[in-house]
Amino acid sequence: MALVSIRNLTRIFDVSKPWLNRVVERRPKALLTAVSDVSFEIEERTVYALVGESGSGKSTIGKMLVGLLGPTEGAVEIRGVDLARETDAQKIDDVRADIQMIFQDPYASLNPRWRVRDIIAEPVAARGGDTKGLAEKLLEQVGLSARDAGKFPHEFSGGQRQRICIARALASEPKLIVCDEPTSALDVSVQAQVLNLMSDLKDQFGLTYLFISHDLTVVQHMADRIGVLYLGRLVEEADPDTLFDDPKHPYTQMLLAAAPQLDGFGREVAPPTGEIPDPINPPPGCAYNPRCPLAQDICRQERPHLRNVNGARVACHFVD
Amino acid sequence: MTTPTLSIQNLTVDIPTRHGILRPVQNVSYDIAPGEILGVVGESGAGKSMAGNAVIGLLNPPAHIASGEIHLNGIRIDHLQGDEMRRLRGKQIGMVFQDPLTSLNPLLRIGDQLTETMLAHLDISQSEARQRAIAALEEVGIPGAAERVDSYPHAFSGGMRQRVVIALALCAEPSLIIADEPTTALDVSVQAQIIALLKKLCRERGTAVMLITHDMGVIAEAADRVAVMYAGQLAELGPVREVLTAPLHPYTDGLMGSTPLASRGKDRLHQIPGAMPRLDSLPQGCAFHPRCPRTEADCKVSPGPQLIDGAACLHPIAREDVA
Repeated sequence: MALVSIRNLTRIFDVSKPWLNRVVERRPKALLTAVSDVSFEIEERTVYALVGESGSGKSTIGKMLVGLLGPTEGAVEIRGVDLARETDAQKIDDVRADIQMIFQDPYASLNPRWRVRDIIAEPVAARGGDTKGLAEKLLEQVGLSARDAGKFPHEFSGGQRQRICIARALASEPKLIVCDEPTSALDVSVQAQVLNLMSDLKDQFGLTYLFISHDLTVVQHMADRIGVLYLGRLVEEADPDTLFDDPKHPYTQMLLAAAPQLDGFGREVAPPTGEIPDPINPPPGCAYNPRCPLAQDICRQERPHLRNVNGARVACHFVD
Repeated sequence: MTTPTLSIQNLTVDIPTRHGILRPVQNVSYDIAPGEILGVVGESGAGKSMAGNAVIGLLNPPAHIASGEIHLNGIRIDHLQGDEMRRLRGKQIGMVFQDPLTSLNPLLRIGDQLTETMLAHLDISQSEARQRAIAALEEVGIPGAAERVDSYPHAFSGGMRQRVVIALALCAEPSLIIADEPTTALDVSVQAQIIALLKKLCRERGTAVMLITHDMGVIAEAADRVAVMYAGQLAELGPVREVLTAPLHPYTDGLMGSTPLASRGKDRLHQIPGAMPRLDSLPQGCAFHPRCPRTEADCKVSPGPQLIDGAACLHPIAREDVA
């Protein structure tokens, strides 16, 4: 059985103006659909990556997975337990202990007034566990020194801080770590160090990652399975080789063509047209139809479902 | 030989502090020819933005140009002060910053910001400036420019705002544009649009562009030549194809290797050990030697080597080694 099973997950945010403004201006409620009917599974000890541009809902899915947000519809099941609906407190507690998160900005996700030792030990201390020597051991595992435990976050560089965040995430011995753009704030050479560390730790501790990123090259390197999101919808899902060698959805094709390439000297590509539509008033039918070169009438009327095509899952009317 | 649009010679920027003088830019020299895009790459703190700010005279005190010369179209500009510099800025040098939201005034209409710049630098009437503003917006690909010229910045998306900023940088027809991480805040598809736009405008008008970025992919696609900076110094300078495919300097080599793109199919990314030294604790000799796989005894003692034949390295990687 898959470790994580996400079924028909939908999240709608109410972004309306206050009640009085709506009455005075005669405006209806504004509802933003950040995630719309997304389903996928994450197998144990694999890396599942979600890619997409800003506003595609990838972080919202990550937050729903760890329970920072509740789903509007659908369910997130981790080891068969639906965190939003389960009534057995003991079960919820057990599952929660297995989930940790690493955030994008290592400058904002560490408390500047706490010593590194307390930051790392907190997930264990909060559950009344034994934290003696824990921070020191973890610091060495993530490539810092045990002496760093007594320091404050401001004494570290961005890459080192992200290592501290990783150590904190490992402290409660989780099975699943949700990594929300873990290297976007880092320089290339530091990014390489952090990504290598994450791969090593995954093998060492048998971890499962949900890896959220906008950087296709990072995702290609890290992931076992990739889901491409567009306007809150999963448009394509495949393993990296299939996705990069043979992208099937027109959006994925556009995204791969637009990504800069190291050997693309003086490359002249027709830049993609248009922008991601307004999620408050998404276009009817397929969300990509206003920008899609293949769009026909059916695309403007009917939303395509994910279909299995040669080992990939693609949501497009014109793929077979 | 034509005069380069921008010529920087032995530029050094100092920041005096209580604990001594920090040198974020040290002995940097490069030229940019008309119509050329020079990519400046490096990691955070390498001094790439500092060098750009020095050119346009936007160094924040106490940072200042300690030595070296900057020539724009053959005229020396590094010693210009106050009003003289202000006339140059916008007129001869356009600037595109990283964050399109903070580089536009949220309280002024787009059109007013464009006409303000043009009226300050060009001898034209208000109505002509407005016409030109609309034309400039059309040129950078904003649909419905005639209506949108009266919109406020908040009504534009990130990519559209960056187009407005580019229109703003170009409206006085400068001969040099400094683009400091122009696409870092944007999505991949929008980034491709903005890069294509910059390339097109620079080719059509013969504007020289200093493209500061940390993204090697963007450099590969947009730049003609590339300058690699490390700890305030120029590590390598050359045509983009040569530098990226057959780097001479071990730092460029390491940087290229650590991009996930270059490691396709490998389990681990190539990594450069350690981190860039802080400016207050630069090592003796070559600044890169503690992290360098090719370090020999002389790297640790002799002061950082000058740029010779494209790379500032005593033991550069030979081109035939790579092939």
